[in-house]
Amino acid sequence: MDTRSIVYIALFAALTAALGLVPPISFAGLALPPITAQSLGVMLAGAIAGARRGGLAMLLFVALVAIGLPLLSGGRGGFGIFAGASGGFVVAWPICAAVIGWLVGRAETSPLRLAVAIAIGGILVMYAIGIPWMAVVAKLPLSKAVMIMLAYVPGDLVKVAIAVIVTRGIRRAYPAL
Amino acid sequence: MIEIETVRLAYGDRTVLHDISLSLTERRIGIIGANGSGKSSFARLLNGLVLPSSGSVRIDGLDTRAKGKEVRRKVGFVFQNPDNQIVFPTVAEDLAFGMKNLRLPKDEIARKTDAILARYDLSDLRDHPAHLLSGGQKQLLAISGVLVMDPAYLVLDEPTTLLDLRNTRRIAAALEALAQTVILATHDLDLLEGFDRVLVFDEGRIVADDTPAAALPFYVERMA
Amino acid sequence: MLDLYRPGTSPLHSLSPGPKILVMMAAGTALFLVESLPLVLGALLLTLALYRLAGLTLGDALVQLRPLAPIFVIFLALQYWLSGPVLAAFVVLRLAALILLASLVTLTTRASDMIDTITRALALLRPLGVNPAKVGLAISLALRFIPVLGQITTDVREAQKTRGLERSVIATALPVAIRTLKMADDIADAIEARGYDPRA
Repeated sequence: MDTRSIVYIALFAALTAALGLVPPISFAGLALPPITAQSLGVMLAGAIAGARRGGLAMLLFVALVAIGLPLLSGGRGGFGIFAGASGGFVVAWPICAAVIGWLVGRAETSPLRLAVAIAIGGILVMYAIGIPWMAVVAKLPLSKAVMIMLAYVPGDLVKVAIAVIVTRGIRRAYPAL
Repeated sequence: MIEIETVRLAYGDRTVLHDISLSLTERRIGIIGANGSGKSSFARLLNGLVLPSSGSVRIDGLDTRAKGKEVRRKVGFVFQNPDNQIVFPTVAEDLAFGMKNLRLPKDEIARKTDAILARYDLSDLRDHPAHLLSGGQKQLLAISGVLVMDPAYLVLDEPTTLLDLRNTRRIAAALEALAQTVILATHDLDLLEGFDRVLVFDEGRIVADDTPAAALPFYVERMA
Repeated sequence: MLDLYRPGTSPLHSLSPGPKILVMMAAGTALFLVESLPLVLGALLLTLALYRLAGLTLGDALVQLRPLAPIFVIFLALQYWLSGPVLAAFVVLRLAALILLASLVTLTTRASDMIDTITRALALLRPLGVNPAKVGLAISLALRFIPVLGQITTDVREAQKTRGLERSVIATALPVAIRTLKMADDIADAIEARGYDPRA
């Protein structure tokens, strides 16, 4: 792996950490955890850095969280995250970024196809891993866990739209990428 | 000695340096020119960060194309923004990075780290996170990280552009005291006082090559 | 370095990270296999006793659980409604025990020691094409640039605020991402200029 790829991996992990500083949006008072900008980092890592570098960037991010750095939104970190109810979503990030990178690498340019690729990796794959995890941790029937997560779908769709705009903006600024 | 022979540099169909030939033997060499004049690309040619599209660059007889690794050992490079050059989280770790790349033994790394920190008055900051340093301290750390590798030449690309007057003077004093050959690309003409030779770049060509006393007024007039 | 480590001299602090992580993972798995409320309650009390041993207070333990308070409430309510009070208590107590146990490892282990352990463990993966030195470089770079990008994010948000755009995620994310990519090329150059050989 060349130096530039190592730098990309480190920088997209750092970018995801930095997006944790954007204040989260509470949409249901205290009833549900707020929406954070952080999963946007996952989408951008996949869509911009590609499958391999984006996936490894997220693997690095998850590893840094695991060893106890407070990099998740709200200053959370440590192994406890994985034992928690939303642990599956964080664990899914490397896979999500890799899937997005792979799909974007195949789909290319049109905004709609870009959006579909990011939505598949950033919503479908993430929920497919995160929801069963939550169901097991909380001993909930799968259907109830799905119900809880439905509240987050609109927010995630907004993030997909933002990721598309940012990715296209960057492609214009960096055509060589 | 640095020998540059009929060097042309192009990115795609955009030529940034046209047919440059010269040899540099002086101890203090300044490079000036407007933004986009090619001075940054020229500086990058000198340690093999950029390879010429045609022609050759030789450092003490070593071709940058064939002997990239040896050239990088001989020619240290300092970038404009120290934030992009300091690559390790703490001061001592960052200083060790270049020396580890040279495969120096641990005790020598420790010794040289202590020496350079003392020299630039940074000893208290040894285990300090790099992001908490001041702008001047960051640039001194960036220069130190290169100097501990004992290069024979030091190329600096606008090292004071982001600094205030006081820190600019600190860097200038540090450069003045160096035994190495210094090649300094800069917009700050005051820094070139006492230099041996100044190259003026414009649109990818050297338009003046003279002592500071002659080259600086020429440049100021040309830019007016 | 920015981490959640709480300095101390307890036996838990002096235990090396490798065994600590393995014991924590084994205990966490065991917690998932038992299905009895008294056992989970026992595990929770034992974990709290370990917090005392590490010189941490009950307050420190509660701080670990606070971010998850809303989700605890949802689970408690849902389970109470679905299967009654015993299972509701069981689920929430087990979750609390797991999180406290895992956090205990984090609180008593320096991140730098954890990184050393991981890079050493990665040497085992060498046959799979993993290069521990490169992973080490990536980790160091990320740790170096998290505060830098954090600062850039804060600067960009302030700049956007003066234009009334502080709530726009796009107005923050796009400039930050562009600055990130700009930096990437310079950093890669700087690393190679300092004698790093990617083939080594």
